[in-house]
Amino acid sequence: MIQPSGAGAHVHGAADVDAWALVESAAMTAVGAVALLYAIALWMSRHRSPWPRWRTASWFAGSACAALAAGPIATAAHESFTAHMVGHLLLGMLAPLLLVLGAPLTLALRALPLDGARALSRLLRRAPVRWVTHPVVAALLNGGGLWLLYGTGQDPDGLFALMHESAFVHAAVHLHVLLAGYLFTASLVGRDPDAHRAPLAMRVGVLVAFIAAHSMLAKWLYAHPPVGVDALDAQVGAQVMYYGGDVVDVALLVLLGWGWFAATRPRSLSARPVATA
Amino acid sequence: MTSTAASVPAVRPGRRLLASGLLFGAGVAASVIDLLIFHLLLQWHHFYDLSTLEVALAADGLFHAVAWGMTVAGLFLLADAARRERIAWGRWWGAVLAGLGGFQLLDAAVLHKLLGLHQIRYDVDLLPYDLAWSGSAVIALVVGVVILRRTRRRA
Repeated sequence: MIQPSGAGAHVHGAADVDAWALVESAAMTAVGAVALLYAIALWMSRHRSPWPRWRTASWFAGSACAALAAGPIATAAHESFTAHMVGHLLLGMLAPLLLVLGAPLTLALRALPLDGARALSRLLRRAPVRWVTHPVVAALLNGGGLWLLYGTGQDPDGLFALMHESAFVHAAVHLHVLLAGYLFTASLVGRDPDAHRAPLAMRVGVLVAFIAAHSMLAKWLYAHPPVGVDALDAQVGAQVMYYGGDVVDVALLVLLGWGWFAATRPRSLSARPVATA
Repeated sequence: MTSTAASVPAVRPGRRLLASGLLFGAGVAASVIDLLIFHLLLQWHHFYDLSTLEVALAADGLFHAVAWGMTVAGLFLLADAARRERIAWGRWWGAVLAGLGGFQLLDAAVLHKLLGLHQIRYDVDLLPYDLAWSGSAVIALVVGVVILRRTRRRA
């Protein structure tokens, strides 16, 4: 692991090793369950109109990203901050985007019996759900969590150091990264029904502010390596965050633009004869 | 025909094309050119040189985010114009050049000189680089504005 003390081999006790193994297998089981639930919902709704294949592909690709981040990359991240950052990009940005494009709630509404679908739809309209899916709140949960984690990275008692001491804090931080990333992505470019979708201008503004904050944090990390991370590792990791983040952020901008493009399609377009040169 | 989807106000066709070119040109100047040519291809400078004040860091972050937004918005406005009208490509390119030159000039003056953000290249005499950067910006801006003036009547 990244040594918060920075000195010598830090040997975990047997109970400690058990905790890390337990957390890892729980994470892999959860990711497997999430993929399995989607497959069950597909099977339950097989008599309905065809479900777009790319949505299914997107959901399973998102699950695979999360599994990769929770398994092999999490193991490598014990040694390397760069691997840690690759894991965060997968878990906090790419997996959420792919999962959101899988439109899981739409699929659930198709798969559930009428009463179940009604109950789910009522649940989604509840005030707390409405708050956390507001773009500003979701952006604060997502970006705020990152600032808390890396902003206190140099504090030996900060969250970053604590996360490498305790398997459970580690799991909680990573669960937060995935869920906040999902809420943020869904609030901007969600494909599921959303009775309170924020206006486009607000979503664009929130995304631009988030991109700015993300790139500032990457530069801050470049100059301020967290405890136990050597300078070169921090610099490579910060660049992974900066450039990798850009790739996903531009994809989000394109999806927002695509939404606008589809919504502003002129009604006259289909009726109008093809223009001749 | 200007009927559009319910909540979206109609935009005059010429305006949409002009906005598309200006946004795309400005966005490309700050995002694509800097990223592809200076960071990746030539590796003259890097995304951060560790010497920047916090206010300049914040300005650069915002600049960076807005640039990507403008690039994408410019392309979608172009696609929107293309489904509504025949594109006057000459005029669009004029707007792209004007946007590119204008934004590049702003970048040189405000970010690099006023706020002292990273320089174009390190360990060399900066003057020829700064002159080439600002000079090419002025040329693009002037050529763009001339094209826009000459194509005005046809738009």
